[in-house]
Amino acid sequence: MKFIQRFRSIILLASTICIALIASAIIHSFTGDDDLKYPTNFGPEIAGAIDDLIDWLVVNGEWFFDGINDNLKIVLNELREFLVWIPWPVMISLIFIMGWRLGSMKIGIASALGMVLIGLVNLWEPAMVTIAIMAVSVSIAVILGIPIGILMARSNLFEIILRPILDAMQTMPSFVYLVPGIMLFGLGNVAAILATVLYSIPPCIRLTNLGIRQVNPSVVEAGESFGSTTYQLLSKVQLPMAIPTIMAGINQTIMMALAMSTIAAMVGAGGLGIEVLRSMGQLQEGQAFIAGSAIVIMAIIVDRITQSIVMSRPE
Amino acid sequence: MDSNTMQGINPIISVNSLWKVFGKNPQTVLEEPYRNQTRADIQQELGSVVALRDVSFEVYPGETFVVMGLSGSGKSTLVRCLIGLIDTTSGEINVDGEDITNFDARNLREFRRTKMAMVFQNFGLLPHKNVLDNAAYGLEVKGINKEDRHSKAREMLDKVGLAGWENANQTELSGGMQQRVGLARALAVDPDILLMDEPFSGLDPLIRRQMREELSLLQTEIQKTIIFITHDLDEAITIGDRIAIMRDGEIIQIGTPKEIITEPANEFVREFTQGIPKTKVLDIEHVCTDPDVVFTPNDSHAVVRAKMDHAKTDYAIGVDPEAQYIGILSRDQLNTVLDSTVAIDSLIDPSILSVLPDTTLDEALSFLNDQNLPIPVVDDKNAFIGVATQPDLLKVVASDL
Repeated sequence: MKFIQRFRSIILLASTICIALIASAIIHSFTGDDDLKYPTNFGPEIAGAIDDLIDWLVVNGEWFFDGINDNLKIVLNELREFLVWIPWPVMISLIFIMGWRLGSMKIGIASALGMVLIGLVNLWEPAMVTIAIMAVSVSIAVILGIPIGILMARSNLFEIILRPILDAMQTMPSFVYLVPGIMLFGLGNVAAILATVLYSIPPCIRLTNLGIRQVNPSVVEAGESFGSTTYQLLSKVQLPMAIPTIMAGINQTIMMALAMSTIAAMVGAGGLGIEVLRSMGQLQEGQAFIAGSAIVIMAIIVDRITQSIVMSRPE
Repeated sequence: MDSNTMQGINPIISVNSLWKVFGKNPQTVLEEPYRNQTRADIQQELGSVVALRDVSFEVYPGETFVVMGLSGSGKSTLVRCLIGLIDTTSGEINVDGEDITNFDARNLREFRRTKMAMVFQNFGLLPHKNVLDNAAYGLEVKGINKEDRHSKAREMLDKVGLAGWENANQTELSGGMQQRVGLARALAVDPDILLMDEPFSGLDPLIRRQMREELSLLQTEIQKTIIFITHDLDEAITIGDRIAIMRDGEIIQIGTPKEIITEPANEFVREFTQGIPKTKVLDIEHVCTDPDVVFTPNDSHAVVRAKMDHAKTDYAIGVDPEAQYIGILSRDQLNTVLDSTVAIDSLIDPSILSVLPDTTLDEALSFLNDQNLPIPVVDDKNAFIGVATQPDLLKVVASDL
């Protein structure tokens, strides 16, 4: 008896598998060589509906998407030109100071060395382009993500609705985002930014929501008891206390945006991503590896610096 | 005592038949037959938890009203209803004549900013603000400018003994100090009513006692109406003018500390109060009896001795014709003097001091004497009231042990 009790779940699992196998064998013996088919297939209809929606958006939302397209292009180009315009010694010093002041001397030196390495393999300009695309994408993701996260923290219903959507956004193969991007914005950086924002926004939303929900309820209660308005409670109690968590979310968003840079290059984004793609296309393994490593170096630099901002905040 | 003196004064808070039910269909619980069922039955049948059941009480201006109960008795829910942090299911909470259960968000906010402030068990301080800004929080949300709110907060921090800590961070403070900040924050908004939800429960016993004493001192200065929640009867008795004892969401008894201990409403209260040293609460009046022998200065030695023999007692109380207390005379003292012409009132024992009737038994213990003589009790005009014999006194002390 003791034996049965101890391995109950294992015995249960084993017997379930046995029954499933027996059932499969029986069904096959009835259907013969023909496989048991699903009676209907809704796939094409659903896919058709999504195609129709995107077509509709392309036709009817043209003014809207063109507006976004034109403006983002201007912002991105200005930023890219500005970053390339900054001489590399100034940029490296700047990154050193950021790493040093926000983190530690060690982080400062390591970050500066990383940037030197990127310059040494002649990837400086693509790196600046990548930074520009990242800056724009991450800014959009944060500007949209934090308010959405706040709404999610304030409404349980909204959280229930949003959760599976966020799950989908994070697990959906990132290539899938590229097609609507091209259809709405055409080939180029803006489509890449759309795909990057979609791919990288979930952690920002999730961790803003989590950060606000995790705020010690007794502190929120105290804030309420002194007659705070909803806005005062949010701005003076909940958001300041959620900042470490929100910063962790922004860090994740940046990392995911960087991870997207090569895929975004497929729809015409410039920068290090296109270097990787081009080298691979020309079967230049070595060059692809170098360009890929440059992305890794940038990721590490950004991670360490943003990470230390999170760490340095008092709990 | 207090309940009598309070008559004719309007209560600042009056709670009428307050119910709070958590869970589904709270209103169903208020209907028959559920209304009178036990908490456990209601939970089993309806899945609803009755947190407050038909709670009514009044609090008078300037008094310290203690709500005492074990965990789950509903005392924390009650205090949260009073400040509108929890919506009530039915009943009225009148504060200054206005029923706060009808308040909309704006009224409630105004009410919290002016009338009531709360001190929390877990302090509820903002970790990203320093001590001064924490103490000024209530004024900040009121929209008071920085200079004014800082000067007011500083004044309150001085009052709770935290002068010089204005720029400290919460993490630099001990628990007791953090709760002082919580108290300063509540006092800074100058509320009429102070709610204190187990404010000292999270502190070390020693600090707890110290904070309690300081609160009592502070209260004589600020004269706020305080509603104090605790699970500690000892604390309730030290602090409270009146105590409400709660159990399973109901108020079982309301009364002064003395009433709670001497006249427990039921077995539950009796058991509860058993651990409390009665000597702290009871006045000597409680054990006061009439002496067997009373003499006047004109009585002869022989008469007094005969009275003592007859009553089988070893002492007599001297009282003059105006009922003023003169002193106590022991048989030993009477026997040592053979000359019967010596005035009898010159034989009284001057080492035996009399006490006032509101002396607590605790204090009276220091008046015990070696001669086994009782402690005489007189009023403030020296009129004789009675005596507390040592056996009676010790019986009460012994029952505490």
